[in-house]
Amino acid sequence: MALSGLFLCTFLVVHLLGNLQLFQNDGGVAFNLYSAFMANNPLIKTIAYVNYAFILLHIIDGFYLAAQNRKARPQGYAKVDQSKSSSWSSRNMALLGTIILVFLIVHMKSFWFEMKFGNMPVTTIEGQSYKDMYSVVVEAFSQPWYAALYVVSMFAIGFHLYHGFASGFQSLGIRHHRYTPAIQNLGTFLFAILIPALFAAMPVYFCLKNL
Amino acid sequence: MKITLKVWRQQNGKTPGNFNTYTLPDVSEDMSFLEMFDVLNDELIRKGEDPIAFDHDCREGICGMCSMYINGRAHGPLTGTTTCQLHMRHFNDGDTIVVEPWRASAFPIIKDLMVDRSAFDRVIQAGGFISVNTGNAVDANSIPIPKEDADKAFDAAACIGCGACVATCKNASAMLFVSAKVSQLALLPQGQPERHLRVKKMVEVMDEEGFGNCTNTGACEVECPKGISLDHIARMNRDYLVSNIVD
Ligand code: HEM
Ligand code: SF4
Ligand code: FES
Repeated sequence: MALSGLFLCTFLVVHLLGNLQLFQNDGGVAFNLYSAFMANNPLIKTIAYVNYAFILLHIIDGFYLAAQNRKARPQGYAKVDQSKSSSWSSRNMALLGTIILVFLIVHMKSFWFEMKFGNMPVTTIEGQSYKDMYSVVVEAFSQPWYAALYVVSMFAIGFHLYHGFASGFQSLGIRHHRYTPAIQNLGTFLFAILIPALFAAMPVYFCLKNL
Repeated sequence: MKITLKVWRQQNGKTPGNFNTYTLPDVSEDMSFLEMFDVLNDELIRKGEDPIAFDHDCREGICGMCSMYINGRAHGPLTGTTTCQLHMRHFNDGDTIVVEPWRASAFPIIKDLMVDRSAFDRVIQAGGFISVNTGNAVDANSIPIPKEDADKAFDAAACIGCGACVATCKNASAMLFVSAKVSQLALLPQGQPERHLRVKKMVEVMDEEGFGNCTNTGACEVECPKGISLDHIARMNRDYLVSNIVD
């Protein structure tokens, strides 16, 4: 759980940095070159398959964990008050994960599936023709419902990582009175706030632009 | 004080239970929570009814027997406190208090508020021991131990096996308890020979007993009456990983 989760966190950083090129005001040239590079570079392709494996492992492991933990307390309490002893995020990881899973399915269908198997529009950059991922993304993000789904999902990722990032280190036994608070801050400010906010900014930007 | 109690009553592990409501019109605020139950039981016995079964022993916060899940929290609303050390002045006149047993499949209900915590004993039996030479007792200070390590081991050894960590954990995980038992020996020179075997064995039995898996919510550390720290869980995770890689 921890290894797969933390791997996905590094993936998230790389994914964000690449996608920020959407904000370049060049009609999508940089983004399309980047997306062609990501789709064709053999090293990237290998890492992508490792990434798919980790996502699947994380999902299966996560649901298995949730099922086992439910079994450990077949009869629940009539009255429970955990608000003073643990964070909401930490108690709702499986719920948050399920929201992320729904998002992932929509997300992969819209972009990954289209890029691989769909009928993509084509654009020409410096005499060469490229699949025009940029216009597909812009079109998708222009729809308010699609943008709204992304924003909600980024909240889910934010809350998932608010607990998950630091939790991954604890699971691996990495805990130190000096460094653990720093890890917790990194989890909160970078992974729970900044990264989801930047991801959410993309659909919001294109949606508002289109209004 | 007038207190209304909603108490879980259950004949045994096989019959289903339910809540019974009792009203105590005259509770002293100087009573402990258990003393209030003594008064109630006394009344029930006089009326020819079945008294409420609950665990208790030392009544001074050191034995860990007094398991009660009070108003949604293990050992009630205070932190660092067992049920026997909880006094009625922390409640208000007219309060309704819900009292339930620890709930976990690894802690089957014996009767009413009493649960069977022998799963903890079996975890300890699996690895909570060290090798010593028989014969003369060794001089107490023959093995130098840094003060800091001794303090940490002592902190771990403060665990009284009450099971509040399991009771409060949303996963009914016993990691805080088991990690305290692993740590108190892993931190000392005497615990080194069995260090790897111990952590593997104790975790194995913990899983066999049907405790849930730790997801680091941290609720155990907050509700533990002895302030056992999550540091011990991290140490156990580390030792478990290392012992599985090394051996
Ligand atoms: C596909 C949907 C996902 C599902 C169903 C899911 C589910 C879960 C579950 C059930 C947990 C576990 C445990 C707990 O209660 O602490 C968990 C932990 C975690 N997740 Fe996810 N997750 C998903 C996506 C992600 C993504 C996209 C990331 C990172 C970018 C991520 C990072 C983490 C981390 C770091 C942990 C903590 C691991 C630990 O405490 O050892 N998860 N996830
Ligand atoms: S770790 Fe704390 S809560 Fe758990 S059994 Fe020991 S003393 Fe009780
Ligand atoms: S009765 Fe011993 S700790 Fe409460």
